[in-house]
Amino acid sequence: MREASAGVLPASGQSAGCLLEVRDVALRFGGIVALDGVSFELAEGQILGLIGPNGAGKTTLFNCLSRLYTPSRGDILFEGRSLLARPAHRIAELGIARTFQNLALFPHQSVLDNVRIGAHACSSSDYLSDLLGLPWVRRQERALESGARALLELLDLGPVAHAVPEGLPLGTRKRVELARALAAHPKLLLLDEPAGGLNHEEVAELGALIGRIRSSRRMTVLLVEHHMNLVMSISDTVVALDFGRKIAEGTPAEVQRDEAVILAYLGKPRNERQ
Amino acid sequence: MTTPQQDSGPIAAAFRARARGAAWPTPRHWLLAGAVAVALVLPFFLQDFLVFQLTEVMIYGLAILGLNLLTGFNGQFSVGHGAFYGLGAYVTAILMSRYEVPYYWTLPAAGGICFVVGFLFGLPALRLEGLYLALATFALAVALPQVLKFHGLEAWTGGVQGIVVDQPDAPSFLPIGEDQWLYYFTLAVVLIMFAGAANIVKSRTGRAIMAIRDHPLAATAMGINAPLYKTLTFGVSALYTGVAGALGALAVQFVAPDSFGLFLSIYLLVGLIIGGMGSLPGCLFGGLFVLYVPNLAQEVSRGLAGVVYGVIMLLVIFVMPSGAAGFTRLVVARLSRSGRREPPS
Repeated sequence: MREASAGVLPASGQSAGCLLEVRDVALRFGGIVALDGVSFELAEGQILGLIGPNGAGKTTLFNCLSRLYTPSRGDILFEGRSLLARPAHRIAELGIARTFQNLALFPHQSVLDNVRIGAHACSSSDYLSDLLGLPWVRRQERALESGARALLELLDLGPVAHAVPEGLPLGTRKRVELARALAAHPKLLLLDEPAGGLNHEEVAELGALIGRIRSSRRMTVLLVEHHMNLVMSISDTVVALDFGRKIAEGTPAEVQRDEAVILAYLGKPRNERQ
Repeated sequence: MTTPQQDSGPIAAAFRARARGAAWPTPRHWLLAGAVAVALVLPFFLQDFLVFQLTEVMIYGLAILGLNLLTGFNGQFSVGHGAFYGLGAYVTAILMSRYEVPYYWTLPAAGGICFVVGFLFGLPALRLEGLYLALATFALAVALPQVLKFHGLEAWTGGVQGIVVDQPDAPSFLPIGEDQWLYYFTLAVVLIMFAGAANIVKSRTGRAIMAIRDHPLAATAMGINAPLYKTLTFGVSALYTGVAGALGALAVQFVAPDSFGLFLSIYLLVGLIIGGMGSLPGCLFGGLFVLYVPNLAQEVSRGLAGVVYGVIMLLVIFVMPSGAAGFTRLVVARLSRSGRREPPS
C-alpha cells in the first residue's frame, strides 16, 4: 500500500521516506495570524518535537493536521496526498491518530470502551448489522476487545479497564488517551503536550514509553511539548515556532544552541529579534 | 519500580475480568430470564383490565426506548417524539381500516415510514444544538395534530373523528382472549426491539453514538462520521417510537388527532428522565410511571390531580436524581460494598 501511494507524488520531489510534509501553512483568526507560512517534513519512523512559547501556534498546527481547522494557505501532504481534501472524520482512517492537550476522553464510557472507540477507524460495521448482532460483528467485537486489552496491559491500565475516566489520576488519564490513539494502529501519532501536568518520574516514564512504542510499532511521532528535557531527549528533529513562524529546525543540540530560539524563550523585545 | 506485588495486581484483575466476561449466565442474565418468565405467566393471574394496562406499560416503555436512543445515548433532545408515536399509530390505523392490511404487517410499515421521516428530520437537526433542537422538535409535536385534522387529508385520516381500529383476534389454536393475545404479541415485539437496542448499545455503533454525545470533537478525531450517525440515530429512534405508536393503536383500537399532542411528547420525556437516561430497563420503569402515576394522582384528589402529579414527580426526582436506573445502580453498589470487602471495579 505504501509503495502504491508513493507513486502518486510527482510534484513534491521529496525523499522517499517522507511521511508528512507541511508546506507553507498559514492560518488567520480574524486579524490574528496564528500560523504564518510554516513548512517542514517528517520522515518515516522519526520523532519530531515541535516547540515554542505559549501561543506560538503549535496546537493550531495540530488542529490543521487533524482537519479541525482549515489553513487559509499552503498544503499538508500525508504519504504524498493532500489532507485538505478530506473532512475531519476521514483523517483517522489514513493512519493519523492524536491525543489532546486538555484531555478529551469520553467521560461516561469505561477505559476499555474509550480504547475501543479509538479503533473505530480501523474497524467497520453498520447500524443494521450491529442491531441484529450478526456473527461477523461479534467476531470483530472479540478482536477489538482483545486488541484493546493488550494495549491496556502495555500501558499498565489493566486494573482500571472497567472504570470511567472521571476520577482517575491525571497521569492515568493521559495514558488512556495514548492507548486510545494507539488503538487505531496509526502510522503517524500526534501527541499534544503529553507531559503537561505530570511529575518528574512520570515524564521520564513517558519518554521511555514513547521510545518503546516508536521502535516496537514502527511509528512516526509528532510531539508538541513544553517539557524541554523530554523533547530534547527523545526527538530526532526539533522544529521551533514563534508567533506562527518557524524560527529553527535541526537536531536537538542544534536547536538548543540556536540564537533565535534562545531569544524567543528568554523574551527579548520583538524588534530586536530578526 | 515494578515489584512482583504490583505486577500481580493488574494480571489478577485482568483474569477476574476475563472470567467475568466468560461466565455466560451472569446474575444479570438470570434476572432477565426471571423477568421474562414472570411476564409470560402474568396474564393467567390478572384480570383483563390489568393485562391491558401492562400492555400499555410495555408500549410506553418501547416509545421511551426510542426517545432514549436519541436523547439518552446520542445526546439529541426531542420534545416532539409524541409526533412519531402518532405517525406510527396512524399508519397502522389507515392501513388496517382503508387497505385491510393484516395488523402484523402494519408494524414494519409504521416503523419504516417513521424511520424515513425521522431520518429526514435529522438532517436539519444536525445544524441545531441543545435547546434549539428541543424547540424544533417542539414544533413537530405542535404541528402533527393539526396536520391530522387537515381537510385535504381527511380521506385518509378521518379528520377530527379519527379512525376506529379492529382489535386483533387471537389465533384460533390458542385458548386465550383478545387482551391476552395482544399482551403476548406486544411482549414479543418489545422483547425483540429491546434485544436490538441492547445489541446496538454494546456495539461499535453504540460506542460511536455515545462518543458523539460526550465529546463530538474527539469523536470526529477518532474517525466517527458524526452527521451520519446522528441522522441514522434520529431515524432509528423514530422507528422505535413509531412501532410503539402502531402497537398503541392496536391496543386502544382508536386513533384521534388530539391523542398525539404536546402532552404525549412531554409524558415520554418525563418517562425517560424518571426511568433514567441511557438505561434500557429504565425505559419500562418510565412506562410504568407514565401510565400509573396520573391515575394515582386522580385517586388522591380529583380536583388537584395535576398538583398531586407534580408533587409525586418532584419527590421521585429528589429521591432518584439520576432516574430509576441510577438509583438501582446506587443501591446495588451500596449493598455489594457492605456485603463483600472488595474494591469496586
